[in-house]
Amino acid sequence: MSGHYNLKALIKAIRSCKTLADERSVIQKESAAIRTSFKEEDSFARYNNIAKLLYIHMLGYPAHFGQIECLKLVASPRFADKRLGYLGIMLLLDENQEVLTLVTNSLKNDMNHSNMYAVGLALCTFANISSEEMSRDLANEIEKLLGSSNTYIRKKAALCALRVIRRVPDLMDHFVGKAKSLLQDRNHGVLLAGVTLITEMCALDERVCDEFRKATGLLVKHLKNLVTTGYSAEHDVLGITDPFLQTKILRLLRLLGKGDATASETMNDILAQVATNTDSTKNVGNSILYETVLSVLEIEADSGLRVMAINILGKFLTNRDNNIRYVALNTLNKVVSMDTNAVQRHRNTILDCLRDGDISIRRRALELCYALVNEGNVRVMIRELLSFLEVADNEFKLGMTTQICLAAERFAPNKRWQIDTVLRVLKVAGNYVREEILAAFIRLTCHTPELQFYTAQRLYAALSSDLSQESLTLAAIWIIGEFGDVLLQGGTIDDGEEVKQVTDTDIIDLLELVLSSPYANTLTRQFVLVALSKLSVRLAELSTPNQSTNQDRIAEILANFSSNLELEIQQRAVEFGTLYGMRDIKMGVLERMPPPEIRATMMGTVSERKPVGSTRTDKDTVVDLIGDDSAPAAINGNGTSSGPSTQDLLADIFGTGAADMSPSPSGSAPGASAGQPPRSAAADIMSLFDSSPAPVPPTSAASLPPANAQATSGSLFDLVTPSSSAPSSAAPAAPAAQPPKPQLQSYSAYDKNGLKITLTPKVSPTQPGVIQILARFASTAGEAISGVNFQVAVPKTQQLQMQAMSSSDIAAGGVETQQMRIHAPAGAAIRLRMRITYSRGGQNVTDQQDFSGFPADLTGSR
Amino acid sequence: MPHRCLQVRLRGEVHRLIAPRDQKYQSNFVEFRNDKIVYRRYAGLFFCVCVDSNDNELAYLEAIHLFVEVLDAFFQNVCELDLVFSFYKVYAILDEVFLAGEIEETSKQVVLDRLDYLEKLE
Repeated sequence: MSGHYNLKALIKAIRSCKTLADERSVIQKESAAIRTSFKEEDSFARYNNIAKLLYIHMLGYPAHFGQIECLKLVASPRFADKRLGYLGIMLLLDENQEVLTLVTNSLKNDMNHSNMYAVGLALCTFANISSEEMSRDLANEIEKLLGSSNTYIRKKAALCALRVIRRVPDLMDHFVGKAKSLLQDRNHGVLLAGVTLITEMCALDERVCDEFRKATGLLVKHLKNLVTTGYSAEHDVLGITDPFLQTKILRLLRLLGKGDATASETMNDILAQVATNTDSTKNVGNSILYETVLSVLEIEADSGLRVMAINILGKFLTNRDNNIRYVALNTLNKVVSMDTNAVQRHRNTILDCLRDGDISIRRRALELCYALVNEGNVRVMIRELLSFLEVADNEFKLGMTTQICLAAERFAPNKRWQIDTVLRVLKVAGNYVREEILAAFIRLTCHTPELQFYTAQRLYAALSSDLSQESLTLAAIWIIGEFGDVLLQGGTIDDGEEVKQVTDTDIIDLLELVLSSPYANTLTRQFVLVALSKLSVRLAELSTPNQSTNQDRIAEILANFSSNLELEIQQRAVEFGTLYGMRDIKMGVLERMPPPEIRATMMGTVSERKPVGSTRTDKDTVVDLIGDDSAPAAINGNGTSSGPSTQDLLADIFGTGAADMSPSPSGSAPGASAGQPPRSAAADIMSLFDSSPAPVPPTSAASLPPANAQATSGSLFDLVTPSSSAPSSAAPAAPAAQPPKPQLQSYSAYDKNGLKITLTPKVSPTQPGVIQILARFASTAGEAISGVNFQVAVPKTQQLQMQAMSSSDIAAGGVETQQMRIHAPAGAAIRLRMRITYSRGGQNVTDQQDFSGFPADLTGSR
Repeated sequence: MPHRCLQVRLRGEVHRLIAPRDQKYQSNFVEFRNDKIVYRRYAGLFFCVCVDSNDNELAYLEAIHLFVEVLDAFFQNVCELDLVFSFYKVYAILDEVFLAGEIEETSKQVVLDRLDYLEKLE
């Protein structure tokens, strides 16, 4: 069997194959023929065979059996054979030690060859292989050839030396002396190779770098020659003399000038000259400008030069060539941490790059934008980022939502703005939000009582119009559940926008809709169950009109889930259902959460380069959401006035109580602590208890201790234990040990003409500074009163919101109510000026009276 | 660093990365593992070099063009078939322009003179 006549015939045969199988069979036959031919030791056929074999190798088929034949070719006196032999060695060589030794010997012979082309071939082959052992063996030959009188050899030897020191840095000393003389070389090729070699040496060894600093002046002179000499045909590229040599010299200057003021001073002028004189209309010129910028930024350049460099990058950003913009953004990203202000000047151009057609440019522009956000420009930058978020590639969204929210947290001008920003993020990219961000948002809302109505209202509206954004859904459900009462009580939104009053029925409708939507998942279902349970309490507190219907609906929904296939949900539904029946303890268990500890949202570095993935577990999230309930001790240092004291009290109760929840009535912790004098840690909240005289009949919440004692210990454990073992639903269960609610004290504010008005203030421990006041209008004289209009004014530092009166007509002996809410700074006294108009027995009465009878520490003391 | 894709797998990877890229709207640089690929397209042919991530991409674009100009001058209007049938000569030209991963000679004339002389030796 014989192979194809020659390389050309083989290539043609292979190219004419129609299928891969054909090609394979042609190559197998040819390979077999070549093997047979090798055995015949025909030195004339060898050249042809190796040529064919290399082609086969290029196509990806095995060809290593030709290694030894290549060595035989190298030994041939014919130059063509030698050349092909070395090519074969470069392509086919592997780690075979025996062959490597043979190759080293051939290279050694040829490096001492009388023909400079043979020497050139050997150097070339070495440069492409240069194993460690080979580097050690041939270092002396290469050192000798560095001093050759032939430029062709010198230049190749310089690059071989480069390979040697990369492989074996110890051998550097061999070449330092010869390398110096290369810098004096008049030949561009040798100079280029020499500069490359020295750059590598300087990068590898600081000591050598010091030595070459002396040559800074010489390099500057070389560069100056290149820049100032006119046209030289030999090295011209589009009007620029040897741009490759220029960039190499600039790169070496960078290493020499770094951290050395003298060397930097020496090169200052030439860098400025290159930066100003280089033609920036073509890629060639820009490659030099780019290298110059990099050097200026790394050496100890004066500030004028630095600004010039950053301005060059700014100009790059407006270039139409994608490559130039890419390079500019890449470099600005490196510079931004060193000199933010200089980069800020190009902010608008960078923002424009967010809309670039090239995704890698968008990615880099985005990175840069993150770095540029600060207090001064946060509104503008976040606005731009938010509008980009709407059109951004999905792969950017997770990083973007994180970065936007973190920036908002760091630089927010006010809370309202921060909440608006996160709301927008949730609406636009609610499926790309990290859990930590969601948790931070909830934390923020808990700590911003003045905006809870606003937040809840906005979330309600957003969720009503879009159920598809998971994080929006979760945030909305949680906030609506927790602050359902705030939402129902209504209020105003500062910007005078018309607010649609939400009713309890609306809320439950919405939650049901969430459950039935195609986007519902386990997590949202869990959130909804918790929210519904909380809502049942919030509704009861408010005595809303459709109270009983809605309570029944909640009970029904919970019951529906008690046979759910998911264990977690089923268990939760059953527990909530049971809790639902226990009216007495339900109130305390589902009391408002204490605001979680405020802390900066911690996040590993989020970079567009590295895709971010959540590494946190579910458990952490819930801990985040509910604050550090599980570790109350950590909260002691918290500054909020009554939140932590609740916690402490809770810890007191829970710490001892959890241990001995045994049915020993006397040891029952809640009962004990409520009866004992307040401890200092719990002073704030206990002062509320104290201020209320004891004889008031116990409210439902105050009956918690007896309920505790009555309830069999088993049922209480049902509530408490699972919550600690299954944290994903800990949110509702954690407050199980809320303290008894303060008993409410009424104050008489007006009592004339058979109309008695009493005011009952209520301060939530979690919302210091927000006072709910229930005004009760009673007709005491056995006569109906009609057309009652009750107006109230508060001092300017406080804010008042009033609901409508339950009815403006009071039947004889009847009672009507009106809710109002005051936001007051901590420690402020509540003073009200009331104007009351009503008619009684056909007689119109208008009265005005001031009231300041609430206890002074009502708004908390600070 | 000019990169000869010795391994077919590597070659395939790079090809898959670069072939679908848009000529008009995308830059000529792609990140690849810890390095960067700088490529340039001439009709149906891609010339790719793999460089360190802190190398000057723009300069390598020029270097690719220099190499292509040398090829063009050597083969007198080079086409794909020249490269296929004379692949061993392409290697020889490459060795005269780049060596040890660095650019070796920037004068087209010097390279072409050398190549002519080597041809005569055969």
